[in-house]
Amino acid sequence: MSDWRFHLRDAKGTLSAAAVFVLLFALYTLNHPAGFSANVVQTAANKGVLLAFVAVGQTFVVLTAGIDLSVGAIFILANCLASVLVTGTPAHVALGLAAVLAAGLACGLANGALVVYGRLQPIVATIASGAIYFGLALWLRPEPGGDVDSTLADALTGQLAGGLPASVLVLAAVLLLVWVPFRRSLLGRAVYAVGSAEASAYLSGLPIRRARLLAYALAGLFSALGGLMLAFFTYSGEASATNASTYTLDSIAAIVIGGVSLFGGAGSAVGAVFGALIFRTINDLLFVFDLDPLWQPLFLGLVLLGAVSLGSLRLLRLKNRLELFGS
Amino acid sequence: MTPPLLSLSGIAKRYGATRALDGVDLALHPGRIHAVLGENGAGKSSLIKCMAGVVQPDAGTMTLDGTPVRFADPAAANAAGIVCVFQELSLIPDLSVADNILAADPPRRFGLIDRREQRHRAEELLARAGAEDIHPLALVRDLPLSRRQLVEIAKALGRRPRLLILDEATSALTARDVASVFRVLKDLRRQGLALVFISHRMGEIAELADDCSVFRNGRNVATFPAGTRSDGEVVEMMIGRDYSHAYPAKPPPVPEATPPALAVRDLGWGDRLHGLSFAVRPGEVVGLGGLDGQGQRELLLALFGVLRGTSGEVRVDGRPVALASPADAKAARNGIALIPEDRKTEGLMLPMSVRENLSFASLGRVSRGGVIDRGAERRAVDEMVQLLAIKAADLDVPVASLSGGNQQKVVLAKWLMTRPRIVLLADPTRGIDVGTKAEIYRLLRRLADEGAAVLLYSTDYAELIGCCDRVLVLYGGRIVRELAGDAITERALVASALNMNGAEAA
Repeated sequence: MSDWRFHLRDAKGTLSAAAVFVLLFALYTLNHPAGFSANVVQTAANKGVLLAFVAVGQTFVVLTAGIDLSVGAIFILANCLASVLVTGTPAHVALGLAAVLAAGLACGLANGALVVYGRLQPIVATIASGAIYFGLALWLRPEPGGDVDSTLADALTGQLAGGLPASVLVLAAVLLLVWVPFRRSLLGRAVYAVGSAEASAYLSGLPIRRARLLAYALAGLFSALGGLMLAFFTYSGEASATNASTYTLDSIAAIVIGGVSLFGGAGSAVGAVFGALIFRTINDLLFVFDLDPLWQPLFLGLVLLGAVSLGSLRLLRLKNRLELFGS
Repeated sequence: MTPPLLSLSGIAKRYGATRALDGVDLALHPGRIHAVLGENGAGKSSLIKCMAGVVQPDAGTMTLDGTPVRFADPAAANAAGIVCVFQELSLIPDLSVADNILAADPPRRFGLIDRREQRHRAEELLARAGAEDIHPLALVRDLPLSRRQLVEIAKALGRRPRLLILDEATSALTARDVASVFRVLKDLRRQGLALVFISHRMGEIAELADDCSVFRNGRNVATFPAGTRSDGEVVEMMIGRDYSHAYPAKPPPVPEATPPALAVRDLGWGDRLHGLSFAVRPGEVVGLGGLDGQGQRELLLALFGVLRGTSGEVRVDGRPVALASPADAKAARNGIALIPEDRKTEGLMLPMSVRENLSFASLGRVSRGGVIDRGAERRAVDEMVQLLAIKAADLDVPVASLSGGNQQKVVLAKWLMTRPRIVLLADPTRGIDVGTKAEIYRLLRRLADEGAAVLLYSTDYAELIGCCDRVLVLYGGRIVRELAGDAITERALVASALNMNGAEAA
């Protein structure tokens, strides 16, 4: 058999998510009063990129067959921290940026340590740590506010030459710098291996503890990147409990749509990005089609169920019922 | 003889109250293949795990090249040149074959995995293991068990071992694959590697081994040059019982005129099963032979209602039946039981108790109005535990804590509790010790004597010869030969498995 069939198989989830996104986004802009314009794209991109960052973070953890329910809280904590620190002289701003990202990384590492060394179940560990992170955010920003450096914020959320939204470029650059080397590193392979068959990974001599730690740490880092971008969009921080839990749950929905397996071991961050963009576009579609807000959550739920069911369609074709139960 | 590469002295390992290893001495020399024999639970697995760094011994010393060593994890043992091909495969299903073969130490450039070079090396290693037909980009999850075992061997070769341990590494291989693996092992011996070879197949040991060690109850009871003891003596050392009783005597053949319990006509399924027609009468043990993967498993699954979209006709006691699910197949009107191939995933709920596992298939019998009658359950379970002599400290311990042989007995007992009239077995003695095997053979014969129709798939020719009244040999999803009585010989089985005289059936 020739190689391209294998490569196509690996990229199937990502490619189909990308195709669905292009389709939905075309539908959206066709029906938007302003049509396909730079401003419409920029607004959509800015909303999508926030969820995309959190979803990519979630992807790392889900690849290990874990789950991180604190990504939303880290996202909000980073947002509040940025509203305090990313301001003042350029040196202050730079230091502030580094501090926000370091805080996200530290939150993720703490989650990883709880799971790896504390041997806690990921769900419980991250619910608990998420509550703590949110508490910190609330302590930093009891009232919404802050004053984020607007020059930097405008540069990262505006339009580049040709109307390309800068936020998309930021996301692409970060993925290029982190995801591509991750996918080709030994630790990255170990992350997939842990999620696929942990005992086999251990017997193969793969560094499974470091792989898990890395996955949670990267989840923290990407959530913090998302929070930072939120601060750039709003020039401020807000400890919103609703946002924290919405982003956590939406991140899971996004990666499922993007073809990441909740059983671990399969999927890609690029797929997760398209999953996030699809999820946001559906939201926008409901808006342009003027659906009663009362019905929107219900409709989103149906879409999510539909997406998951599409992924399970192959089960109908299985002729050996034992394969229903995985391997 | 050259000094040993690795020597063990006084190695001991306990798990709770169980003494798995009890003062083991063993010396492994470069350029020699050392066979380790013993019943399940004799300590072979623990021995391997200590050497490969999976567990750490409680006492004793291991010396490598004369220096004492201690391995904290498998990676440390690998680094010292000790590589193990585990019985429970160590492959990662969602990664490609090439990723798996060079899992822990892929070729890298600037710290990143060099995929082109990795693929190149994977192809080389697959070729060395005699598995050129496996594509390096295929996912391991898409490969059948026998191919996975070859990938596992290729993976071990890729770690440049000095001491290679093979734990039942040929158990799922076809005869042709075994031959090519053996060529590889002999090559490695010539290159000066030390090899440890664990197998329940005496023929393989006779062909390969230079030295043999027999383990019993966590001790190394004897080490001797290969070929200096007869098979009978070796088995005697392992179990302290007489080997000649391994297979129960066969009764006279069941008369042709007896109406069959199970009659299959023209059974087909996709491109895996084609026009299978045969009958099994009450009191008969019928074997399924042939090379691995010729449709034997699919046939058993089809008869148990697992496969969708089968064609042809199945009759139970003369009545045409449509088997829609395992629940349907095991229902009292059909009375079919399947002892599945993989006891750990398909046969048992490992963390649940022995008692719960035993009654799973017959909960309908021991409950009233949807509520389990604990008394009835206990009586039924106790009866089975006695019948099969299941050795468990307590029936409430997790079934995972039992030895492999006893786990398999639990699977058998679970299905016998449903009082089946048709018993299907998929390689029930794979990886099981000689003593338990003999018990299973006696049990099969007894079931047949009591009027059950038994259909037994086995990868072990000796088992088919010893146990079966008739053997159906499958090739490419078709029955190519039926052997009965004295015609069931190794020569006939091998010849028909390779379809050398298959013209009549094609």
